[in-house]
Amino acid sequence: MDFNDTPDQAKFRATCREWLEANAELKEDKSNGHGESSLESHLRSSKEWQKKKYDAGWAMLHWPKEFGGREATPIERIIWGQEESKFNVPGGIFEIGLGMCGPVMMQYATEEQKNRYLAPMAEGEEIWCQLFSEPSAGSDVAGLRSKAEKDGDEWVINGQKVWTSGAHYSDFGILVVRHDPDIAKHKGLTFFFVDMKSPGITVKPIKQITGQAGSGSGFNEVYFDDVRIPDSQRLGEIGDGWKVAITTLMNERLAVGDARGSDIEEALTLSKAKDDAGEALIKNDAVREKLADWFCEANGLKYTKFRTISALSKGEAPGPEASITKIVSANKLQSIGNFGIDANDMAGMLIDEDEGVSSFQGAWLGAPGLRIAGGTDEILRNVIAERVLGLPQDPRADKGVAFKDIPTKV
Amino acid sequence: MNLDFSDDQKYLQEEARKFFDKEGGLSNARKVMDESRDADHELWKKIVELGWTAIRIPETYDGLGLGHLELCVIAEELGRSLAPVPFSSSVYFFTEAIIKYGSETTKADLLPKLVNGDVVGTYAIAEASQQATESNLKVTSSGDLLNGAKIAVPDAEIASHIIVVATSNQGTELRLVNLNDPSVTVTSQKNIDTSKAFFKVEFHDTPSQLLGQSGHGWEYIQHLLDQAAVLFAFEQVGGSQAALDMAKSYSLERFAFGRQIGSYQAIKHKLADMYIAITLAKSNCYYGAWALSSESSELPLAAATARVSSTKAFQLCSKENIQTHGGNGYTWEYDCHMFYKRSKVLSVLLGSEATWKEKLVINLEKTNTLIKE
Repeated sequence: MDFNDTPDQAKFRATCREWLEANAELKEDKSNGHGESSLESHLRSSKEWQKKKYDAGWAMLHWPKEFGGREATPIERIIWGQEESKFNVPGGIFEIGLGMCGPVMMQYATEEQKNRYLAPMAEGEEIWCQLFSEPSAGSDVAGLRSKAEKDGDEWVINGQKVWTSGAHYSDFGILVVRHDPDIAKHKGLTFFFVDMKSPGITVKPIKQITGQAGSGSGFNEVYFDDVRIPDSQRLGEIGDGWKVAITTLMNERLAVGDARGSDIEEALTLSKAKDDAGEALIKNDAVREKLADWFCEANGLKYTKFRTISALSKGEAPGPEASITKIVSANKLQSIGNFGIDANDMAGMLIDEDEGVSSFQGAWLGAPGLRIAGGTDEILRNVIAERVLGLPQDPRADKGVAFKDIPTKV
Repeated sequence: MNLDFSDDQKYLQEEARKFFDKEGGLSNARKVMDESRDADHELWKKIVELGWTAIRIPETYDGLGLGHLELCVIAEELGRSLAPVPFSSSVYFFTEAIIKYGSETTKADLLPKLVNGDVVGTYAIAEASQQATESNLKVTSSGDLLNGAKIAVPDAEIASHIIVVATSNQGTELRLVNLNDPSVTVTSQKNIDTSKAFFKVEFHDTPSQLLGQSGHGWEYIQHLLDQAAVLFAFEQVGGSQAALDMAKSYSLERFAFGRQIGSYQAIKHKLADMYIAITLAKSNCYYGAWALSSESSELPLAAATARVSSTKAFQLCSKENIQTHGGNGYTWEYDCHMFYKRSKVLSVLLGSEATWKEKLVINLEKTNTLIKE
């Protein structure tokens, strides 16, 4: 039992480190991210950094070599991620494209399309988004209602997507729509990729409970009004939309991890801070009990991740233990945010004029979203119960029913 | 990164699981419970024959000279099967104390006998229904003679020797006593988990031997408790997993309103929460195992974290296992109550959850360890 790299891993880490040191600056402060900037400058610097990585072979570690990747092992991806996160570099723009859209294109697009789209995606020249969720299809995403009607060699799309990250700056998107409402829910779906500049597409930013919208939130509603997509941009057979979407969602599950934000360290620092009378919250037994609980969760998650990495490090398939990560971390974040606001007692609701929302207020405002995004707490408990523990699915009222006959209201 | 047990250690765990299955699993604990016995002496004899009591004992004293990780994997299986044997008292506690604080003569005398089973050890801390502290100890040692009474002492009938925390005019001491001395009285005490026996042990001018240095007893006992906490945490994880496995099997067999009860989200989410608690506890146990086996200065924090996390997991899993079984879970016949009771006994045996949470936070205040990688 140890926390050391194998000689091969140490060598790979040194190679990553060497390139990063030559091409980026180390973060001075661990908590300090890339800093505030306008959307335009963030996009520009993200694209520049992506291009730099692409030219040196660091852009898509897990992609096959034929598409410019490195065919890196999962442990090498983790090592790269650990090292890159120590540097002050932009992120958050290309993950959906490289993680979800790229792999689905590799599997289902024609040779010609792969040649046209994959390199610009990898280089950071073109940005991709994912258009799955709808206003009436969240946890039950296969219940989506946006329509695709065949018209010659084209499909005409009408409907609305929601919670689309980055739609406002994306060049292309992957899309699931319903081509046939007369057959069962999962069977009537077809998968496409779409040019986000197509006539008939309208992108509207979503204002979240934080009050942020547009570039601040990154989430959008996307409206489709008679948008025409050539049949050649269909991925998979007609009616295979669910199967293709599942492949993509599996890739998403690998990407969704820790809820970032205030954690036990911040709670501990806050608890130790002395007030005007020289008193500290940590003297309060109720606070001490919470600190113990949060530490058990934070430390448990840290070593759960280490167990997963250990399995990957040995070339073994990791166990299902990582499935607890989001549910535990998002709830912990909410609880710690709550504590941080309470710490200011009667003035806890106030937002600092100069500093803006505190990290605890930010955690408290952000946590409800994290408990929903990428699988709600409830869906994740179902996933653990069904896939990890092997319990049966719930009986489904919509099983075998034509989509148009599935009840949607009382 | 290698936060995992070695193939040899995993093999040992597999063998331990097979052994307990072959020996009848939970039926041994049930036998002790139904027949009001103090322990399963036959099972204990077989465990000694397997060499498990020799694991940590150096080869010079006829032991195997292995590390704590081998004990961790066995502890998990002891917890899973609720094995009614004095393993924890004798191996996690007594043997470690002799190895660490015993004189050369004591080691040469006792260690080979712990290997072959001639000596079985236990320990005594509590004296009253309150948290034991250095200042409220009343058992006194004076001129090597011990006086006073200890309560809630595990395994004192099957044990031949005991380590006693006592106060003296030189400060707190660890004292080694032969339980067969006529000046010692051992009386059985009723407790909520009858698959495990507890005793009142009284000393009347009982001859005893100092372990380590006088005045350091409290520091020694804290270290022994930290070490034992990690091993008990593995037992608690084993018990938690067994309770979850039981709940899962039952939820697949039992039908209500024309469906398996395991298809209801109320049950699924309950079991998912049990899985989450076990996973956190197990990962904290791995951290504890690393700290224990590498003799890290992080052991006090790691031990408290593993202990609190595993205590919560076992209590949750054992109570919700009863709940999942409905009325059947409340009968003597079903095994659910055995896990429920054992989880409570293990949660107080080394000191309550509140006591260990306080230890955790005291160590958190001292440390600069970062959670973030």
